Amino acid sequence: MPDIDSAAKELSSELTKSKADYSEARFEENQTSQIAYRGKVLESIGRSSASGGNVRALVKGGWGFTSFNELDKLPARVATAVEQAKATGSGKFKLAAVEPVKDNVPSGIGTDPVTIPLVEKKKLLDEYNEIIWCIPGIKTSNIGYGDSRKKVVFVNSEGSFITQERADVTIRLTAIAAKDSEVQQVGLSMGSRGDFKAITKLHKQVKVMAQNAVNLLEAPQAKAGEYTVVLDPILAGVFVHEAFGHLSESDFVYENEKLRELMKLGKQFGVEDLNIIDSASDPPGLRGSFKYDDEGVRAVKTYLIREGKLVGRLHSRETAAKMKEKPTGNARAMNYRFPPIVRMTNTYIEPRKMSFNDIIADIKEGIYAKNWYGGTTAMEMFTFSAGEAYMIRNGKIAEAVRPIMLTGNVFETLMSIDAIGSDLDMNEGGGCGKGGQMPLPVSNGSPHIRIRKCQVGGK
Amino acid sequence: MEEILARAKKSVQDAEVYQVSSEETSVRFEANKLKQLQTSQSTSVALRVVKNGRTGYATTTGTADSARMVNDAIETAEFGQEAKFTLPGKEQYPRVDIYDPAVEKVTIKEMVGLGEKMVAAVTKSTPGIMCEGGVSRGMITVRLMNSRGGFAEFKKSFFSMGIEGTVVTGSDMLFVGESDSSCRPLTDAKKIIDTVLLQLERAKNQAKVTTRKMPVVFTPDGVAGALILPLLSAFNGKTVLEGASPLAQKLGQKAFDVNFSLVDDPTVDYRPGSRPCDDEGVPSQRTPLIEKGIVKNFLYDLQTAALAGKKSTGSGNRGRGTLPSPAASALVITPGKTTFDAMIKDIKEGLVVEQLMGAEQGNILGGDFSGNVLLGYKIENGKLVGRVKDTIVSGNVYKILKEIAAIGSETRWVSGFCQTPPFYCKGLSVSSKG
Repeated sequence: MPDIDSAAKELSSELTKSKADYSEARFEENQTSQIAYRGKVLESIGRSSASGGNVRALVKGGWGFTSFNELDKLPARVATAVEQAKATGSGKFKLAAVEPVKDNVPSGIGTDPVTIPLVEKKKLLDEYNEIIWCIPGIKTSNIGYGDSRKKVVFVNSEGSFITQERADVTIRLTAIAAKDSEVQQVGLSMGSRGDFKAITKLHKQVKVMAQNAVNLLEAPQAKAGEYTVVLDPILAGVFVHEAFGHLSESDFVYENEKLRELMKLGKQFGVEDLNIIDSASDPPGLRGSFKYDDEGVRAVKTYLIREGKLVGRLHSRETAAKMKEKPTGNARAMNYRFPPIVRMTNTYIEPRKMSFNDIIADIKEGIYAKNWYGGTTAMEMFTFSAGEAYMIRNGKIAEAVRPIMLTGNVFETLMSIDAIGSDLDMNEGGGCGKGGQMPLPVSNGSPHIRIRKCQVGGK
Repeated sequence: MEEILARAKKSVQDAEVYQVSSEETSVRFEANKLKQLQTSQSTSVALRVVKNGRTGYATTTGTADSARMVNDAIETAEFGQEAKFTLPGKEQYPRVDIYDPAVEKVTIKEMVGLGEKMVAAVTKSTPGIMCEGGVSRGMITVRLMNSRGGFAEFKKSFFSMGIEGTVVTGSDMLFVGESDSSCRPLTDAKKIIDTVLLQLERAKNQAKVTTRKMPVVFTPDGVAGALILPLLSAFNGKTVLEGASPLAQKLGQKAFDVNFSLVDDPTVDYRPGSRPCDDEGVPSQRTPLIEKGIVKNFLYDLQTAALAGKKSTGSGNRGRGTLPSPAASALVITPGKTTFDAMIKDIKEGLVVEQLMGAEQGNILGGDFSGNVLLGYKIENGKLVGRVKDTIVSGNVYKILKEIAAIGSETRWVSGFCQTPPFYCKGLSVSSKG
C-alpha cells in the first residue's frame, strides 16, 4: 500500500478532475505512547501507531465524507464522496474564497516526545507518584501520561498541498484521599505542544495537590446560593472556553435566525475592560496553535469581544460564506476519521490592570474558586466545576470548602464580570469535545476575574 | 493476525491478538435539512504479550507492520504490570443474537426517509424549532486469538437514530431530544417522535420552584445520567480492589433500598452492548450487582480478578486497543409497581428531571452529584405545570438510593447501555435562581 505522501500526490490531480463543486483529501499518520498508573501500580504502558485518510466533497451545498485506513483504491473513494454529496445537496452554494497554499510546516520541536525512552518517562511518573503517596491520608492516585507525533497532508481541488507536523504531550494526575466513608480528590492537568521538558518540573505542584485532597476531607460544604465569586486563571479559562467560546463557533449560529439575532455583532456583552480572543497563530507554540487549519486556511488572531462588544466569531469556509464574513481558520478535525468542524484553538481573556488583592479587597462574603474539574455548556446555560474552593471573608481568603459547581446563564454572567486581573496564565492541560470529536488539543486562559451574583450549587 | 501471533509466540510466554473491523454509514441532518452523508471503514489490531511475567502491548490502526508491533509490545513489557492472569483457552460461548443481516440492507434512501420523518413531525408541532439528528447503521467484526488456543469471532450489527431540537425565544433556549439504538434495523420513527412531542408539550409553560428540599422523579434518562454513573465506578472491580469504592466493604450487605435490583447482562439479544464473550475471550454472563438492595457482585476482567482472588465476570473491555479494564456492558434495573402518573399524583411540590447538566462533574467516587436541570418540569399538586430553568438539583446517590419512595413500572433502554424505569426519590436539594 502507498504511504501518505504518495497517496496525497496521487489524489492531488484526481481531485482537480472531480465533478464536485469542491473536494479535499486529508491523510494522516501518527505514533503515540501512553503510560497509566492506578495507585502504586503501573497499570498499562503501550505504544500505538495509526494511518489513514479521508475524502470530503461538496456538491450544491451538500457534503459527502468517507474515511478509511486502507490507502488503496483512492479514485473510488473520491467517487464515493462525490456520490454522497450529490445525494445530499440541493441548493446553490460556494465556500468562502481562500488562496491555494503549498507549504510544509515542521513540528518545531527539538526532541520528538514519542522517541524519548519509556524508562525516562516512567522515572518521572514514579517520582510524582512517590510524592503523592508520601502524604498521610492519601488512599490512592491516578496518573495518565500520553504523547503523540503526527503528520497530516492536506490536498484540495483548488491546488492546495500542505504538509504539517506536530507533537503533543499531556499528563493528568489525581490524588484521592479517603477517611471513613468520605472520599475526596484533586487533580492536576498539564500539557505542551510536544515539549516533554514542560512537564518535568511539577514536583512542588504535585505535593500541594495531594495535600489539598487530604485537606478537603475536613472541609465543610458551601451553602448553595448566590455569591460574588473570584475565579483563578485556570477556572476563568475554562469559563471563557465553555460558556462563551462555544457560542462563538459559527456552526451553532449560521443557520439559525434567532441565534444570529442573539449573537449579533456590536452587541454589548460585558464591561468595557473585557476583551476575549481566540488565536491559533499568536502566541505560537501552545497546544491549540497551528499555521493552517484542516481546510488549509491560514490561522489568524480573532477578537471575539473587544471593549465588551461582540466583534467576531470563529469560522470554517462554509460558515464564513453563509454569514458573509471572513474565514478565520478554525475548521479542525480530531483525526482523519472526522470531517473538520468549527473549533476553538487558544482562547483567553486579555489581562488588564487589577492585582489579586484589589479584586478580593471589597468582598464581604464570597468564594474563591480554583482549578477545574470539568465543564459543559448547552448554549446559554453552563455548568463548571472547581477543583478547589475557599471562602472569601472581609477581603481575605478564609477557610477551604468542598469543591463547588458554578452554573448560570452565560449572557448574565459575562455582564457580571466586574474586575479583570493582570496575571494572564494559559492552561494547557485541557482537551475539548464537540460532535463526538474528543479530546482536541486546545488551551485556554485568563487573569483572575471577579463575577458578581454567581450561582453556586451545594447543600 | 495469525502472522502477528506466530511471530510473538517465538519470543514471549503468552500472546493475544485482538482485531476490530468496522464499517459505518450515516446520514446527518442539521438545521432541519439533510446535511451530510458519511461512510467510514476502519480496522485496528491490538497485541498483548506476557514476557518474563510482565504485560506489554501495542496497537496499530491501518497498515499493521507485524515486526514493529511485536517489538513495541516487547519493549513495553519490560515495565508493564506483573501479569497475574491466565489467558482463556478454547471456551464454550453462550448464544447471543447481535447480528441481523437486514441492517446492511437498509438503503440510504430509507435512512434519509426516517430522518426526514422525524424532522417533519417535530418542526410541524413547534414552528421555529431547529433540529439536528441522524440515522446510522454499521457492522463490527471482532476476532480474538491467543497462544493458549483461545479463539473467538463474532459479527455485530447496529442501527441508531435520534433527534435533538432547540427552541430559542429571546435569550431563552429549550433543548429536547430522544434517540434509540438496536442491533436490528429500526423502522419506525414514531416512538422517538412521540417522546419529543411530549417533552415539547410539557415544556410549553415555564414554572418557578422554591429553594428547598423536595421530592424528585427521575425519568429513565435522568436515572441513567445522574444516578447510575456514580454506581458504575463503585461496582468496577478495580475501584473495589483499591478500596476507593464506597461499596468495597459492603459485599453481601444491604446498601440500597430493598426494591432496587441491578444486573449487568451482556446476553440480552440485539442490544448494542451485548456480546457472546468479552474482549479477552471470557464467556459473557449475567452478573447481578444489586439484588433487593444487597450488594451481590463487582465487575472483573482477568487481571483485576486475579489480583482480587476472584473470577472474571466477563467484563473485560478494551475500547479500541487499550488494555482490558472492567466495565458494564448492558445494565438492567428491575421495574417496580408504580406508574409514572401515580408518582406525579403523589407529589405536592417537586420536580421531574429528564436531563441534568454537569451531574458527572461532582465527586463521583463519593456519590455526590449536583447538576443544572437542562430539561425538567415542576410538579404542583400532582400535576406537571411547566419547565423549570436555572435550577440545581444535588444529592448523594448512596443516600438517595437507600430509601427510594417508588420505582416505576414502565421501563426503557437509555443510550443503549441501561434499561431502567423512572425513580421517585425524596428529599433532594433543589436550589433555584430568582
